[in-house]
Amino acid sequence: MPLDWLGLALRYAGSATVLAALMGLPLAWLRSHRRFPGRELLDAVANLPFLLPPAVLVYYLLSALGIWKLHFSWDAAVAVSAVYTLPVLLHMMRASLESLDPSFENAARGLGAGEWRVFCRVTLPLAWRALLRAMLAGFLRAFADFAATLMVARNATPAFLMLPLAAVATLGIALRVWRPRVPA
Amino acid sequence: MIQVRFAAPGVDVEFQAASGITALFGAAGAGKTFILDAIAGFATPASGRIILDDEILFDGASRVNLPPRHRHCGYVARQWALFPHMTLHDNLLFPLAALARLPRLDRHRRVKEMLERFALQGSASRRPRDVSPADRLRATVARALIGEPKMLLVDDPAAGLDIALREEWHKTLRLVRDETSLPILLATRDADTCFELAGSMLLLNRGHVLQSGAPRKVFDQPAGLEAARLLGIRNLFPAEIVALDPGRNTSRLRLENFELTGPYLPGRLRGDRVWLCVEPGRLRAAPHDGAKPSANQVAARLERASEMPRALRLEFAGGIVAEIARREFDPQPKDNEEWLVEFPPHALRVLGCP
Repeated sequence: MPLDWLGLALRYAGSATVLAALMGLPLAWLRSHRRFPGRELLDAVANLPFLLPPAVLVYYLLSALGIWKLHFSWDAAVAVSAVYTLPVLLHMMRASLESLDPSFENAARGLGAGEWRVFCRVTLPLAWRALLRAMLAGFLRAFADFAATLMVARNATPAFLMLPLAAVATLGIALRVWRPRVPA
Repeated sequence: MIQVRFAAPGVDVEFQAASGITALFGAAGAGKTFILDAIAGFATPASGRIILDDEILFDGASRVNLPPRHRHCGYVARQWALFPHMTLHDNLLFPLAALARLPRLDRHRRVKEMLERFALQGSASRRPRDVSPADRLRATVARALIGEPKMLLVDDPAAGLDIALREEWHKTLRLVRDETSLPILLATRDADTCFELAGSMLLLNRGHVLQSGAPRKVFDQPAGLEAARLLGIRNLFPAEIVALDPGRNTSRLRLENFELTGPYLPGRLRGDRVWLCVEPGRLRAAPHDGAKPSANQVAARLERASEMPRALRLEFAGGIVAEIARREFDPQPKDNEEWLVEFPPHALRVLGCP
């Protein structure tokens, strides 16, 4: 049984990280390579999941997802977790893209490469380690996430019992067996 | 042929460069790299126009700003910027992949030719960090040239190199200069590089062109005090012209506390205030033996003597610096001695108003 929880949690966090990376990488590239109006606003919106208490964030997201009839499903849980993970990914990916020596990308541009080719042949091969690190950090945040999972998956099928929830459930059982004395 | 005229915050330049090497000479922060970046398209000036062989690369008025990949400028960056994750062969192949019309076989043939031309066959299959710095330098130039650019921009990568490597670098650039007819813009802080390679130079200061011309001419006749200082010319003294004698082809100049006889100064008037400059190597100096100083000799106290690789540098009170050959003076001179410094009339040069 515990292995099921672990597998489920890994799959859940992995899907959320991939989804967040798909959103985060283009945004991080845009933020590190282009100056455009409203970039501070983008930063602020991207940072919201950091600033809001997780419960509030999940409540808003569920309300939003409810409009699209995604309520209490695997997809909804992954989407919520991806949004929750996005700021970490975005910050780390942006930092890793900005720390890249621009002379490499400029050299490629000067040698006739378009932006897409520069990204695939130069930026990505040079930055993939740092980008992977960012994804790992995002994965850990999604994996350790409790509030989002609890609120989205609470009422769903038992198959939704993921590691953090399973840990709580196990703790609950342990507490019942142990019966600590609570002062009145 | 490249024509450049643009302005940006802190930079305002106008110049042309034909085939051959044109050196952009200036201290750090003079705007050399910005000028190269603006031509290559990595930086955008506020206004102006850049034309390369009748093609407008940038025009502030009509908002033309070609992306770097359509500008056909080879760029050799100061950090070399060979792609570290590719072999030298793949580095050279990279620019050709953008030329879609070139068949695959032709691309490889061209890479092979280029590797041979720059003596890189031995290290073609290795990555940049695994080859010698000399190979890396040549590979950078080869990669910049393989796409057949219309001009070459070089942000002197030799700035921090050792002497042997710098000679290798000069050799490579000479090869490129002699084998192609490209205009080459070379940003450098090194006067030797200017003399050795460049047919003409632009003296840059804080984003402005102070002077342009052949290196010999610029170094011999700096356009002013600022230019002379940038060129590293020592021995600059304010002076006043007290007499001019066209008959004997001489002039008389009064410095702070002595007078000198110099060559006749056409176009100057008596009473003009000028800057006098003398190259340290053209001054003569000897310890004061008590005799009366003859014409153009000045008694000065030696403040510091220091050894140079091929000369002895003597710094006197009043800011006079002389460099004499080591063999002319064997015993180590003592500080605070009285010396006689001679200013030969033909060594005196006069710059504009102070």
